[in-house]
Amino acid sequence: MSFLKNLLTLRWLTGRRVVIAVPFLWLAFAFLVPFLIVLRISFTESDMGNPFGTLMTLVDGVITLKVKISNYLFIAEDELYVLTYLSSLKFAAITTALCLIIGYPFAYFMARAKPTVRPVLLMLVMLPFWTSFLLRIYAWKGILANNGIVNNFLIGIGAISEPLHLMNTQFSLIIGMVYAYLPFMILPLYANLVKMDTRFLEAAADLGATPLQAFWRITVPLSKSGIIAGSMLVFIPAIGEYVIPELLGGPETLMIGRQLWDEFFTNNDWPLASSVTVVVILLILVPMAIFNKYKAEQEARS
Amino acid sequence: MTIERAAEPFLLIRNLVKEFDGVRAVNDVSVAINKGEIFALLGSSGCGKSTLLRMLAGFETPTQGQITLAGKDIVSVPPYQRPINMMFQSYALFPHLSVWDNIAFGLRRDGLPKDEIAARVEQMLNLVQLSAYGKRKPHQLSGGQQQRVALARSLAKRPQLLLLDEPLGALDKKLRERTQMELVGIIEEVGVTCVMVTHDQGEAMSMATRIAVMSEGRILQVGPPGEIYETPNCRFVADFIGSVNLFTGSVAVDEPDHVIIDTPEGRHYVTHGITGTMGMPVAVAVRPEKIAVQTEAPTQEQRANASEHGYNCVQGAITAMAYFGNETLYHVRLDSGMEIKVSRTNAARHNDAALKRDQRVYAWWDGADVVVLTS
Repeated sequence: MSFLKNLLTLRWLTGRRVVIAVPFLWLAFAFLVPFLIVLRISFTESDMGNPFGTLMTLVDGVITLKVKISNYLFIAEDELYVLTYLSSLKFAAITTALCLIIGYPFAYFMARAKPTVRPVLLMLVMLPFWTSFLLRIYAWKGILANNGIVNNFLIGIGAISEPLHLMNTQFSLIIGMVYAYLPFMILPLYANLVKMDTRFLEAAADLGATPLQAFWRITVPLSKSGIIAGSMLVFIPAIGEYVIPELLGGPETLMIGRQLWDEFFTNNDWPLASSVTVVVILLILVPMAIFNKYKAEQEARS
Repeated sequence: MTIERAAEPFLLIRNLVKEFDGVRAVNDVSVAINKGEIFALLGSSGCGKSTLLRMLAGFETPTQGQITLAGKDIVSVPPYQRPINMMFQSYALFPHLSVWDNIAFGLRRDGLPKDEIAARVEQMLNLVQLSAYGKRKPHQLSGGQQQRVALARSLAKRPQLLLLDEPLGALDKKLRERTQMELVGIIEEVGVTCVMVTHDQGEAMSMATRIAVMSEGRILQVGPPGEIYETPNCRFVADFIGSVNLFTGSVAVDEPDHVIIDTPEGRHYVTHGITGTMGMPVAVAVRPEKIAVQTEAPTQEQRANASEHGYNCVQGAITAMAYFGNETLYHVRLDSGMEIKVSRTNAARHNDAALKRDQRVYAWWDGADVVVLTS
């Protein structure tokens, strides 16, 4: 009884709990529930007329639970899915690596720029977000198409006579992905590098390290958490990317996001599409879990 | 500020200037430092001492002037090629490296063979008594231990010159006193020439063989601690090192073996000659501990040096007193309105003649214990 009494007096309703509960409930409502629905669909059979069937039936006082796992087996067996997952991971990894290679020097010089210049540089990084993502990806079509800016220019100066086939290739896909995700790499790296104590670099120089040695031995290891955060922010959404492969990719650029779309809306096979989704989520959760473990360890240390 | 010495000094700084946006942080500094010295640059923040140290390390390029180390000009040598190592303020230990790797960092950059690096690191760890802590990360150590790691790291490469930037600034008072002795012991054991920067006069006095007092980018006086304290060459130095009572007045009698100076507080008899002229405005500096204070007028016997003239004696009332345990500091307001500081060592546990507030007292001192300042 005392439990009910406590509940009714609302004493448990402290500010702290309310603040935590709001995002918690939001996540439960917007992420956990939809995920459970998808999970449920992935174990059903596609019905005639309905996109998916029922998991549990009550007929004549008997509860029948029908869990169909053949979707998952199918994904594991069908070469196309395995290849698509691997290809998604490959493109996400290439994108992450290129974003890191381009983004690190950018973030580095931004962090070492005069404090008065930094806000301007930061603004430039975020400026693309002022235009619709879709429009920016479309713009690349105009740049890379056979009669696009790049080809017209190269033909114009006489470097080539036939237009280069740039669109709908791995090249165009990666350009689009790197372009779109670069700010997500730069911002966490910048936030990390700008906080770094430059006295460590002076200490390294004092002990005989050349500027290049100091960079590899001190700056890079000290920015490890920034590198990891930026890489996760690029890698995770890049795996499931749909719009960029759809607009800039071609037949050889298999990505799981596009495959999903096809299963849902072309083949209308919701259970299979849901299974594909669940596997994607697992693929993303694994690197996330590694990252969180690393973060937790790091926080425990300091 | 004599530069000329019989032997060529080990570190020679000549007419060094550093300007930041037209402001001279270091203004025409010249100083010579001998091998094996512990040389302290002492001054309040913004006096240019850190900039001077950073120019020695190579982090700042002088606007003008020369720095020669063992006969070689090092101004154009980048920091990573100078035979100089620095112990940074609050240490700058690499947080991602273990104590061992921190100490080995400089040795590895020199490309020494592995076993030699290991031997040298162990030797350094022994030197600072941290042999058991090689595997720890810097943040797992106490402040005092971090300080010792920083020292070991800066000594590992056997530098010709060791720079210490506020070496004890990050430690609490008790630990600082103990570490001071330890630090000097290690530096002397290694035998390295050392330039340290500090704003703490106690630190400079107890550690350094010579001190340079800096203000507004210039060196005002260079000398051993005792000389700086007992014969300051200007009001700033007298006031900066310890505390001092300054009586301003003018020269009344100027003889080779003594001078008499008239001030509103009375006549001062000084038992040494000065380089000055009659009527010249000067200040007589008297340290609080050089002044005797008592309720009765001093006897003839007590005042052997100045007595016959009745000089070097003032009267006033105690306005404030601060008890420090080992000594007590009295503020005495003189009849002229000036307030002087007098300290008395509490040699006995129970002092029957203890002075009280508002009590009228005589304060007097020996004519040999004062310094006449002309600037």
